[in-house]
Amino acid sequence: MTAPTLIFGWGNPSRGDDALGPALLDAVEALRDAHPQWGPVDILTDFQLQVEHALDLEGRERVLFVDASAAVADAPFRAEAIAPAKDSSFTSHALSPQGVMHVYAEIKGSAPPPCTLLAIAGETFELGEPLSPAAKSHLKAALAWTKDWLAARPA
Amino acid sequence: MELETAKTPDALKRIVIEPVSRVEGHGKVTILLDDDNQVHQVRLHIVEFRGFEKFIEGRPYWEVPVLVQRLCGICPVSHHLAASKAMDMIVNGGILTPTAEKIRRLMHYGQMLQSHALHFFHLSSPDLLFGFDSDVAKRNIVGVAAANPDVAKMGVLLRKFGQEVIRVTSGKRVHGTGSVPGGVNKSLTIEERDYLLKDIDQMIAWSRDAVGIIKGLHKSNPALYDVFGAVPSTMMSLVDDKGDLDFYHGALRARDKDGEVIFDQVSYQGYNTLLTEGVKSWSYMKFPYITALGDEKGWYKVGPLARIQNCDRIPTPHAEAERAEFVAYGGAKPMHGSLGFHWARMIEMLCAAETIKDLLLDSDIMGADLMAEGPRREEGIGVIEAPRGTLFHHYRVNEDDLVTYANLIVSTTNNNTAMNVAVRDVAKNYLTGHEITEGLLNHIEVAIRCFDPCLSCATHALGKMPLEVSLVDASGAEIDRMTKDGEGRIGKGAL
Repeated sequence: MTAPTLIFGWGNPSRGDDALGPALLDAVEALRDAHPQWGPVDILTDFQLQVEHALDLEGRERVLFVDASAAVADAPFRAEAIAPAKDSSFTSHALSPQGVMHVYAEIKGSAPPPCTLLAIAGETFELGEPLSPAAKSHLKAALAWTKDWLAARPA
Repeated sequence: MELETAKTPDALKRIVIEPVSRVEGHGKVTILLDDDNQVHQVRLHIVEFRGFEKFIEGRPYWEVPVLVQRLCGICPVSHHLAASKAMDMIVNGGILTPTAEKIRRLMHYGQMLQSHALHFFHLSSPDLLFGFDSDVAKRNIVGVAAANPDVAKMGVLLRKFGQEVIRVTSGKRVHGTGSVPGGVNKSLTIEERDYLLKDIDQMIAWSRDAVGIIKGLHKSNPALYDVFGAVPSTMMSLVDDKGDLDFYHGALRARDKDGEVIFDQVSYQGYNTLLTEGVKSWSYMKFPYITALGDEKGWYKVGPLARIQNCDRIPTPHAEAERAEFVAYGGAKPMHGSLGFHWARMIEMLCAAETIKDLLLDSDIMGADLMAEGPRREEGIGVIEAPRGTLFHHYRVNEDDLVTYANLIVSTTNNNTAMNVAVRDVAKNYLTGHEITEGLLNHIEVAIRCFDPCLSCATHALGKMPLEVSLVDASGAEIDRMTKDGEGRIGKGAL
């Protein structure tokens, strides 16, 4: 059954701070059973956003997209409500959450559910590297924000 | 090789396309031009990848089939299965139970379906439907969704179905653990089989439609499709013992550019004497060639265009009919135009959909005998036909079960020389004598994407994938510059 809340994180767990998205999902998953007040929460991960992920938005009340950000200005994290946008991304990686929402609207002919983007700042993205000390700190802050976001479940 | 090395590079203008867009990871193309925009040198550099082999060393062998999936976001299952086949050799000499082999085949053909759908619909169809130099803001999958919603929806749902086959057979949609050294860790339940069966006829129908789309495009403009990025070359792939197309297992066959068989039914266990991994000073990626033919004549291409023309037959009816039409279109000679990859790719997607149905109707996929026993060895080689071509995994494991040696020749590496030749052909035919525009540079990228949107698996954090093209004069001064940001916005002009 489709849970009303979806958290979708993407990144390559073997590439240093690129693992921030999957790492946040792991942390939420570990806490989920102890927090029934969040309601049912689906957790999905992939290497990158692709158009078929639009189908994962179907039947949700709210969606949180989570990715690592290379922008220092995003430290420790940036969270913002996002809207569908006719995305002009040109790489297989860079289909944005806004673009995924736009694909949903194109395919389903209706507005996607409310979506929020959580961008967690990372510093190093090298193969085989663990999370950097800064990324671990940013992850902790982002997790605290995510717990509040989950607790603020709409009635 | 023509246009590989300029005689006086220091006296030429330099264009750098970095990274190449709508490909996986970082590729870089450098083009050297004289003052009249005559092309003198073109190189496709692959700037990442080899580090993964070192990353694997020291790891327990049973971790490797899961670990190597992190090489690639588009075809992780190919690495999962190639590594599993190599590790089968380590744990039991390569024996599989019928259930294990058929579950792995189901996983692999699901992978082929989803990857080919992604490659064609999401990454390549914008160029083919709108034109190589059409509005860059429109030339993407979202643009396809707006202009051709039925086509985009078909692509999305085909890929989704392939992902579901992978999820059901491997346990997870990504980073699955279904295949393990010596077998698999799960088979299908009746409910899982029926869940996939209910949609498979639609997937076959859509795959037939997809062949029709690319076939129609090809026949509507043969002057473009037959010659763009033409790379007359040797072709190599696995075929089964009857010479049929087989993506999961078989022996190596190669044909020359005219279609004559060079070798056939050669065991891939001897790949390292059959092939030599050549090196060039200007790229981190190796340039393999058939050892007996030497580096000048022995390079080859792999992937759909090679496979469709190498095999004698496709063992599913609709795909075989399409293969026959494809071969007939080419007449007496093989087709080498790079856009032919897409036609061949859609025939393979149809084959994958038909094969998935055959496997779903085979009761062995619900069997309970998942693992086979056999003698332990210290070396294993696994080869598979990945979506973009032949993929080699070779490992040695010590008595403590730790990997001491890893050598991977990925599909991109096998196609390295062929991609460089195709890019040079396109540069020579389209850029020479023209003012460089984004549309013309996209012709270079179109040629690369015919082979491979998957140059390597790189980081993809938000804000990390700009495109930057610089035009530098002989003194090193930048005279022009073009940028594309993460939203696809174009900037122009020197800094």
